[in-house]
Amino acid sequence: MRARGPVFRVLPPAACAILLIAARETAFALTDPASHVGSMPTNIFSPASTPARESYAATLFVFGIVASIFVVVGGLLAFAVIRYRQKPGEELAEPPQVYGSNQIELAWTVIPVLIVVVLFLVTARVIFGVQDAPHPANALDVTVVGHQFWWEFRYPKQGFVTANELHIPASNPKDPQPTFLTLVSADVDHSFWVPKLGGKTDLIPNHVNQMWLDPSQPGVYLGQCGQFCGAEHAKMLLRVYVDTPKDFAAWVRGQQQPAATPATDGTDPNVAAGKQVFFTNSCVNCHTIAGTPAKGRFGPDLTHLMSRDTIAAGAAENTAANLRQWVKDPDTFKEGCLMPAMKLTDPQLDQITAYLSTLH
Amino acid sequence: MADSLPLPGTVDLTASVPSRPFVDLMHDWVTTVDHKRLGLMYIAYSLCFLLAAGVEALLIRIQLAIPNNTFVTPEVYNRFFTMHGTTMVFLVGMPILFGFANYLIPLMIGARDMAFPRLNAFGFWMTAFGGILLYYSYIGGDGLYGAGSAPDVGWFAYAPLTARAFSRGHTMDYWALSLIVMGFGTIATAVNIIATALCMRCKGMTLMKMPLLPWLYVVVSFMVLIAVTPLSAAQIMLLIDRYLGGHFFDTQAGGSAVMWMHFFWIFGHPEVYILVLPAFAFANEIIPVFSRKAIFGYPAMVAASVGIGFVSLGVWAHHMFTIGMTPMSNTFFVLSTMLVGIPTGIKIFNWLATIWGGHIRFATPMLFSVAFLFQFLIAGLTGITLAVAPFDWQVHNTYYVVAHFHYVLVGAILFMIFAAFYYWYPKMTGRMMDETLGKWHFWLMLIGFHLTFDFMHIPGILGMPRQIYTYGPDRGWGMWNMIVTVGAFVQAIAVLIFVFNLVRSYFVGKPAGPDPWDAWTLEWSTASPPPVYNFAKLPEVQSRRPLWDLKHPEDPDMNYE
Amino acid sequence: MSAVPIVMPAHHPPAEENLSRGTVGMLCLIGGESAIFAIFVVAYIFYIGKSLSGPTPGQLLDVPIFTTICLLSSSLTIWFAEKALHKGAIRVFTAWWAVTIVLAAIFLGGTAREWYGFIYHDHFTIKTNLFGTTFYSLVGLHATHVVVGLLMLSLVLIFALMGKIQQHHADRVAVLSLYWHFVDAVWVVVFTVVYIIGR
Repeated sequence: MRARGPVFRVLPPAACAILLIAARETAFALTDPASHVGSMPTNIFSPASTPARESYAATLFVFGIVASIFVVVGGLLAFAVIRYRQKPGEELAEPPQVYGSNQIELAWTVIPVLIVVVLFLVTARVIFGVQDAPHPANALDVTVVGHQFWWEFRYPKQGFVTANELHIPASNPKDPQPTFLTLVSADVDHSFWVPKLGGKTDLIPNHVNQMWLDPSQPGVYLGQCGQFCGAEHAKMLLRVYVDTPKDFAAWVRGQQQPAATPATDGTDPNVAAGKQVFFTNSCVNCHTIAGTPAKGRFGPDLTHLMSRDTIAAGAAENTAANLRQWVKDPDTFKEGCLMPAMKLTDPQLDQITAYLSTLH
Repeated sequence: MADSLPLPGTVDLTASVPSRPFVDLMHDWVTTVDHKRLGLMYIAYSLCFLLAAGVEALLIRIQLAIPNNTFVTPEVYNRFFTMHGTTMVFLVGMPILFGFANYLIPLMIGARDMAFPRLNAFGFWMTAFGGILLYYSYIGGDGLYGAGSAPDVGWFAYAPLTARAFSRGHTMDYWALSLIVMGFGTIATAVNIIATALCMRCKGMTLMKMPLLPWLYVVVSFMVLIAVTPLSAAQIMLLIDRYLGGHFFDTQAGGSAVMWMHFFWIFGHPEVYILVLPAFAFANEIIPVFSRKAIFGYPAMVAASVGIGFVSLGVWAHHMFTIGMTPMSNTFFVLSTMLVGIPTGIKIFNWLATIWGGHIRFATPMLFSVAFLFQFLIAGLTGITLAVAPFDWQVHNTYYVVAHFHYVLVGAILFMIFAAFYYWYPKMTGRMMDETLGKWHFWLMLIGFHLTFDFMHIPGILGMPRQIYTYGPDRGWGMWNMIVTVGAFVQAIAVLIFVFNLVRSYFVGKPAGPDPWDAWTLEWSTASPPPVYNFAKLPEVQSRRPLWDLKHPEDPDMNYE
Repeated sequence: MSAVPIVMPAHHPPAEENLSRGTVGMLCLIGGESAIFAIFVVAYIFYIGKSLSGPTPGQLLDVPIFTTICLLSSSLTIWFAEKALHKGAIRVFTAWWAVTIVLAAIFLGGTAREWYGFIYHDHFTIKTNLFGTTFYSLVGLHATHVVVGLLMLSLVLIFALMGKIQQHHADRVAVLSLYWHFVDAVWVVVFTVVYIIGR
């Protein structure tokens, strides 16, 4: 054996140090919500709804078990590697040869079997608990339709359609009002995933899926498409607004109204002109504005566009400037999305932005 | 020492190689049916693709290093990860492992060649042609009028994204055709390996005296026969849809997108074991030699490998926990997936017991093998966490899963491939690889690997899906991705050192002699590199470690088996 | 260390009788092919009754009893041929081999006639509906195997007529006939699925 160079005296401890730092940072970042890493709006380790909490509990359990296995087996490995390294003087003598032992083999077959049985039973309980949850009569039903690259939300009982920002009522833990989602797809596979509210469920064409949520804490929960669906999969973002029951009822009433009719008092001539632009271009082929002849289904429903915080499935904030740029050239925000640039002139762009800005 | 161990009858050093014109040499290589040359060609071919797919990985990592990066466009990024995955699995993993199989199996079982040498050449050239076809899509994917294209649907290519309506141009056709062609090449090689191991063993080598490497390759080859063919069938269906207007995966005409998922993962999951069992096979050869002990529990190792092979055929739907299967199906696949952990655990324990009480020599192959043991342990344990369906609902299709399977593919398989290079390179070339460069390679690879793939679990837990070309700064993924990217570059440097070592050692490496590691299996009983006919006189064996018997006539293995 | 010959005196009987490479290779190929057929059969069964438009299998398919009998009996005739070659009766072998080819050709002819009727008279193609897609794929996949088998059988027949086939080729011919038995056995599955269950 050649002598080890100085570098290889330094590298193993360095590698170990890096691993330790890694472990420490990980534990720090994931357990402390206010760590220096910044906000973690999609951390699965801070669940806010029953399915997510159930998953989290199962996760902690399995992590505990595998961590113990790692400590035991990894420790044995480390011990063996250090203890039985070749020492000076052992170069020529071979160690005693051992060929196997049926008793030992049996022991380390039975122990994993027992661990598997325990893990399996815990997992099965959670699976049935989440998937077989009853559908109470007061539950809200929403149909989610996946599109390349945006979300359509249909509220069949309430009779309106919206896009990209799902509003649901907060559920009172004493008297739960869960939301049941029916998931379908208009084109390719997508997956509905809001990490804090629950695991993902796929939206598959020609295949209807179900999932449910019951967050009790009002607020905005972020998520995004969890199944690759094409060029702009990365910007198929998703926002879930959990409203207090009162706010939710108000929001529903607002959504049920037909589109605002532009004021005819002439305060802003651009609005009427913009409406003209909208209805004489192919916008109407893809978008719906309730109460007008625009009945397209290919793009998001624009009836209450101004009630949303974002446009382009969360790719940009819903401001007049962004809206104008989006209509002018959607590729600015989402290169490869299916909305074409309409090649409008600058005045037309101003007009259409003015019109869209009236759709409260 | 053993370097000087003369082995009359098996070593023939009289064969001399006269220098010949380059064209003649090339002609010899192209028309060869010699298993060693084909093995080397497989290995060289997959190393080229390893570098190509590695560059793709680096470009991916550059793009993801910071939020809202615009280094590449979404389309280009989507092509990168599709090509990276497809290349690494089909053009690097399988060919490199089959390359070692081709080279080693006849030598280890004391045969002069594979059972069907010409079929062997056919298999290699089919695989090679398939790879070229896939990469040609960068040129011809848009039918020659586009500015370069390639498949961009992810390596599992879920329907109906692959239908004509959603994937225009010909990229999907290149992808499907090249996988069919490579599939046929792979099946040919698998048939060959089984026939070789079953029919060509030397005198005295019963199946239970066969070294573990050929044994595991027999299991792998059976899995290839049963698992790669469904992929070919599914690709044929895809082409029927795309070219003949069929409706297998056409959801508008009642076709099922879920069926593609099933067919793909019926291939896709066994494929993982097709790739990892050869890594186990290398460990089974290398760990005993460098621990100076016989493998612990040979029959249990064989049984565990066969067990893994069987169970792995029944776990595919754990890739589909989120598609809305019934709770009953979900629990079934949870159970079957966890069951794989049992034979796998047996293997780890047996390796541990092999090391236990040995005299471990930390040459580079053993360093990689020890790292493999730890990393494979972790990979297996994160695999168990993923088998818990409720956790998988959360982290399915996230960077947690990406980190997990790279832990298997890089931390276990690639590390063992490197170990195999350092271990068998002297046999293949007659020269040792440089140990100092090898140690640099190992430690940089280790650090880079852990920087990349340990930290990659975290963005997954923080909700980062895979296959996204960018992300906003508000999600808290930025720092982790930067660390991962840095680690990727450290690994790239390590791989470059390896390639440099590989080339340099060929010219200036220390001459190896027939048996540089003082090993025990038959390949070390012939010259390095072996002559065309492998053995001047076919050997005859009495135990699993014929050279041990030879070196220790006072205490031969056959008394214990 | 002293020089020790690698060949040690054998204490035990020689290794078990090795299988023929050809047989092992063919059995492996058959295993792989079975998996391909299994996938197509699963797709066929899964899509039974799922077509969104007609025609249905019941409206179109006639049970091809005669051609099925031809194909299945070709397994018998190839076995006779094989036996004859084993005994060295080259002429008998050639005769049975030729009969096998004729039977296979009749089967293919039957499929061709069936498809001709569907495509030109009923305008039922692979594009029509899911039934068309799965039917032509599965039956076509099997027919492809028959064609390949027929080519190989014909090659052997040509060799036989040229007098190149000898008794010692019996093992190789047996490997080929193994493939042919497989093609026949698959037809039993395809026939059951397409013409009995699927109708």
